[in-house]
Amino acid sequence: MEMTKEPLLGKTLNELIQITADLGLPKFTARQLTDWLYKKQIGSIPEMSNLSKTTRELLAEKFDLGTAAPAKVQVSVDGTKKYLFTTVKHQFIETAMIPDDDRITVCVSSQVGCKMGCLFCMTAKQGFQGQLSAGEIVNQIRSIEEATTVSNIVYMGMGEPFDNLDEVLKSIEILTSDWGFGMSPRRITVSSIGIVPAMTRFLAESEAHLAISLHTPFDEQRKSLMPVQIAYPIAEVVEELRKHDFSGQRRVSFEYILFKGLNDTPIHVKELSRLLNGIKCRINLIRFHPVPGTPLVSPDEETIARFKEQLNDKGIFTSIRASRGQDIYAACGLLSTKEQNLKI
Amino acid sequence: MQSTEKNRADLKQVKITGNEEISPNVFVVSWKRDREFSPGQVVKITADLHEPPRIYSICSGNQEDDISVLFNVKPGGVLTPRLASMKAGDAIYVSEPYGNFSCDDSPATWISTGTGIAPFYSMIRSGRCKNKKLLHGVSHANQFYFEDYLATQLGENYIRCCSRDNNGVHFPGRVTDYLLGLPDLPKGDKYYLCGQALMVVEVRDLLIQKGVPYSHIYAEIFF
Repeated sequence: MEMTKEPLLGKTLNELIQITADLGLPKFTARQLTDWLYKKQIGSIPEMSNLSKTTRELLAEKFDLGTAAPAKVQVSVDGTKKYLFTTVKHQFIETAMIPDDDRITVCVSSQVGCKMGCLFCMTAKQGFQGQLSAGEIVNQIRSIEEATTVSNIVYMGMGEPFDNLDEVLKSIEILTSDWGFGMSPRRITVSSIGIVPAMTRFLAESEAHLAISLHTPFDEQRKSLMPVQIAYPIAEVVEELRKHDFSGQRRVSFEYILFKGLNDTPIHVKELSRLLNGIKCRINLIRFHPVPGTPLVSPDEETIARFKEQLNDKGIFTSIRASRGQDIYAACGLLSTKEQNLKI
Repeated sequence: MQSTEKNRADLKQVKITGNEEISPNVFVVSWKRDREFSPGQVVKITADLHEPPRIYSICSGNQEDDISVLFNVKPGGVLTPRLASMKAGDAIYVSEPYGNFSCDDSPATWISTGTGIAPFYSMIRSGRCKNKKLLHGVSHANQFYFEDYLATQLGENYIRCCSRDNNGVHFPGRVTDYLLGLPDLPKGDKYYLCGQALMVVEVRDLLIQKGVPYSHIYAEIFF
């Protein structure tokens, strides 16, 4: 039986220092490895040309690079791309690349499937299938065609990032370290439904922006949309956020998918302004794209615009997120679920 | 640190009165009831104030001397392996009961898998089983927790679905298979779901497809 080698992609500098020390290699080899892993585009260990042949052979005995090319890519008429990656366990995860003027935003997945069961989410229909490693998260950026021109990263793909916080934090360390991708943490946003203990840790250990899936300010209604409300009520999430300073460069935003007749009324505007009072934040309104099996539909454009105006009038900076890649199932979970169904 | 302070504020120390393994790796842990609760409510539990508490549905009746919860041991878990090793007199920390996953006397179908039976067992032990039908789905026949009591109380309204052990007694398959095989579902009834997220999502979709209004579906998911 073939042994699976340990991937190098996803290792931090400290981990690589330990690995090279264990192999009896010079300490500077770790830095050479981070360069090959995170700054250069190679496909295998033998291509690491500034390492001696003996070193490369020693590494290749136990490790492989850990990169994986996308299994499939779809391109939208608006330039958005949806990449489908296969995990080591032959599951599917999705990554979206969204070009916008001079920005290239990559939307990465943090889990295979999800265990949160939100009513409006296609990924929920896959159930939870497993955690992604930091390497599998980073690979979604490193192995796409636009790898060298990515300007922003959002953890808004499949899965709940705060349910896989160790690997998410590790991937952010790799993305933001000078030995890694060298990105500013201000170009990274992690989106969560608000698992409070993990959120608190994330805010303490990372500088990246935070986005919270809000969707309604009312307890009972949120529970019917997002069962996590029983464990982490939105009031508790907001109470925790009040302890942190978002007046500087770090941003907190709230995601709000609009559902016709459900959460798009003036009462919701009023309650949102009460709930978020005193927090420097913004709300991103999101159009709902129908998911099979849910009773939810999007309101018309007029209602969306009015809802935005009403929130802005209350002093909450609110924007409407542009819908991208609709022709290629760019909403998270749609493509991989379709692929999984084909496999079945 | 913040989590510890919050735990101290929210949780109260209680002494375990009993901890019984009712099936392999599945336990009912109890402590003295000193407060009112509504069947269907949950409590937060931890054995260590430095750890975030976990949430469990109460499985005991609301007039019983003890409050009990049903849990299965998750290998490598922070709480359940430790909880399983505890005995009467040991201390744990619990919250006030909360939540409103509760039923009135109107017709309803309760659908659960595994330890998701807990809130419905609490409702039945609290005398709230009028007009109710219970579907319980498990992998193996020894996972029909409280089977004898439920069979006595609910009779033919207690439907057991067993996906892996086909013994000719239980419905062979998952709860979704059972529901799919029904020609019609009462649209006016309420449907209460409790279990793992995937089961809840699948059953929720299936009920909606069969014409049940979403406003009649109530769900509680394990995290």
